[in-house]
Amino acid sequence: MCLVTAQLAAPDDAGLRRLLHGLPPVDQVGAEARAAKLGTRSIKTTAKAQALDLAVRMVDLTTLEGADTPGKVRALCAKGIRPEPDQPTCPSVAAICVYGDMVPTAKAALAGTGVKVAAVATAFPSGRAPLAVKLADTVAAVEAGADEIDMVIDRGAFLAGRYAAVAEEIAAVKAACRTGGRDAHLKVILETGELATYDNVKRASWLAMLSGADFIKTSTGKVSPAATLPVTLLMLEAVRDFRAQTGRQVGVKPAGGIRTAKDAIKYLVTVNETAGPDWLDPDWFRFGASSLLNDLLLQRRKLATGVYSGPDYVTVD
Amino acid sequence: MSKKPAVAPAPRSSVRKTYKLYIGGAFPRSESGRSYPVTAPSGEFIANAAQASRKDARDAVRAARAAQPGWAKATAYNRGQILYRIAEMLEERRDQFAHQIAEVEGLELDAAHAQVDAAIDRWVWYAGWSDKLSQVLGAANSVAGPYWNISSPEPTGVVALLAPATPTLLGLTSVIAPAIVGGNAVVAVAPDACGLPAVTLGEVMATSDLPGGVVNILTGSTAELAPWLASHLDVNALDLAGVEAGSELARDLEVAAAENLKRVVRPSAGYDWEADPGLSRVKPFLETKTVWHPIGI
Repeated sequence: MCLVTAQLAAPDDAGLRRLLHGLPPVDQVGAEARAAKLGTRSIKTTAKAQALDLAVRMVDLTTLEGADTPGKVRALCAKGIRPEPDQPTCPSVAAICVYGDMVPTAKAALAGTGVKVAAVATAFPSGRAPLAVKLADTVAAVEAGADEIDMVIDRGAFLAGRYAAVAEEIAAVKAACRTGGRDAHLKVILETGELATYDNVKRASWLAMLSGADFIKTSTGKVSPAATLPVTLLMLEAVRDFRAQTGRQVGVKPAGGIRTAKDAIKYLVTVNETAGPDWLDPDWFRFGASSLLNDLLLQRRKLATGVYSGPDYVTVD
Repeated sequence: MSKKPAVAPAPRSSVRKTYKLYIGGAFPRSESGRSYPVTAPSGEFIANAAQASRKDARDAVRAARAAQPGWAKATAYNRGQILYRIAEMLEERRDQFAHQIAEVEGLELDAAHAQVDAAIDRWVWYAGWSDKLSQVLGAANSVAGPYWNISSPEPTGVVALLAPATPTLLGLTSVIAPAIVGGNAVVAVAPDACGLPAVTLGEVMATSDLPGGVVNILTGSTAELAPWLASHLDVNALDLAGVEAGSELARDLEVAAAENLKRVVRPSAGYDWEADPGLSRVKPFLETKTVWHPIGI
């Protein structure tokens, strides 16, 4: 698509508008019906055991509270490395997601384990700060050792149609991720709960991918509604179409509101049926979650022991 | 004015009730979609009831666990009021229950009325106990040191109850009321024909200001549901009232319950449901907490 190539080289509002508004519109009823249908698949026994382990490996175990302490972050890291201390077969999570100032603590706790450190940056969660501040926020997190940066887009600019501003900001943050010769993965949070329409979700997904996102992420978790299955379905279609047109594969991360193993498995089914098995890997699909991990562990135990477990038998955080 | 010609009223088909489960304050169908026919002792078909599955039992435990802290935190006075309110609602539906019990148990209407009256009286009796338990079961202990030493009864948490098949309403009342009066939340299994009065009792609870989830009622087979509840690690106690004393099932359930040290009330053969129960079904579901409070600091 020549429009894509042109906008990859030099984005401008009019060109981006032509490109993004030229995308086929989303059939809202159809998307919701398709997501609901995929949610009814029954995954049992060995397939369920595999799905649960895959879901654990895809979790970005998250704590994004004003009250986070180094102790809480260290405890979370310990849990992320060995979610089930008495079961060596239980895999580690993909990453620990924290605020930028907690990166050194998390980095030290995770050293040598393969579990990555993800940091939210760019004036998370509102994104309302001058570009220089956002870039400084990003550079600080990368220099502290963050492997992945979760940035928020400027929803105000996007909704006002200033697509080039959003694109340039994402590109600038992507450049900041390369500070000091490092190459931190950039996850771009669209905050779909504030984008109002499915068409906007699709446009924002394309805009982020065109601007250099390695991952597109639904939500900050601070706005309701957060991740929903139809929105994730649309984003998965977008990354599939984007790879078909440009050859570059982009990951997807639904975040917020996914609390049960049952929900997680619905998402995995949707990934497989929409984007395809290439995305069924922690490198290309993640869950941003905190309480999800406990439910996954409880379901793992139910499969292993045959009896229902309870919240008394997993850690509180 | 001419008189309107007399018209015979159109024949009307009656609206029959769908018996569902009572979980978390709502009346869902069984997740499994199954139902079973309830018949009178004479063999006559009465109605279909929802046949709960292990997943319904799991959902019920989750609902009970969510409701329990709020119920335990309510004042004893408030809990007593709500139990009394259940008695009020039962009194108003006295005839409905009497007819239903007469049908499912094959009793004379007089005997059924007597059972409903006994059940209502039992709710009132347990309602009265709510704010007296801590005085009777608690204590201010004398200790050799400068401390106030106080023991008080605390609810054990989520209790799974296997209700007896008969007497239906009195049996259900006699297992549910003593478990909830102290602040526990319960999952009650109402077996076979007992399912119909049990669901109607659920309707009474849903309109008695009892918070949703404090009482959950599963209808179906005790033999199918009990092992899942007995082995569930988020259940704290088990009342085996509806299991045959000395049976293999009773033994297996007790073994499964030992996994997380559940408190178990064993079944006793020939238990008299009409006799004064005292605190025999209240105490097993209460734990004693003792606090040492230093004096003079």
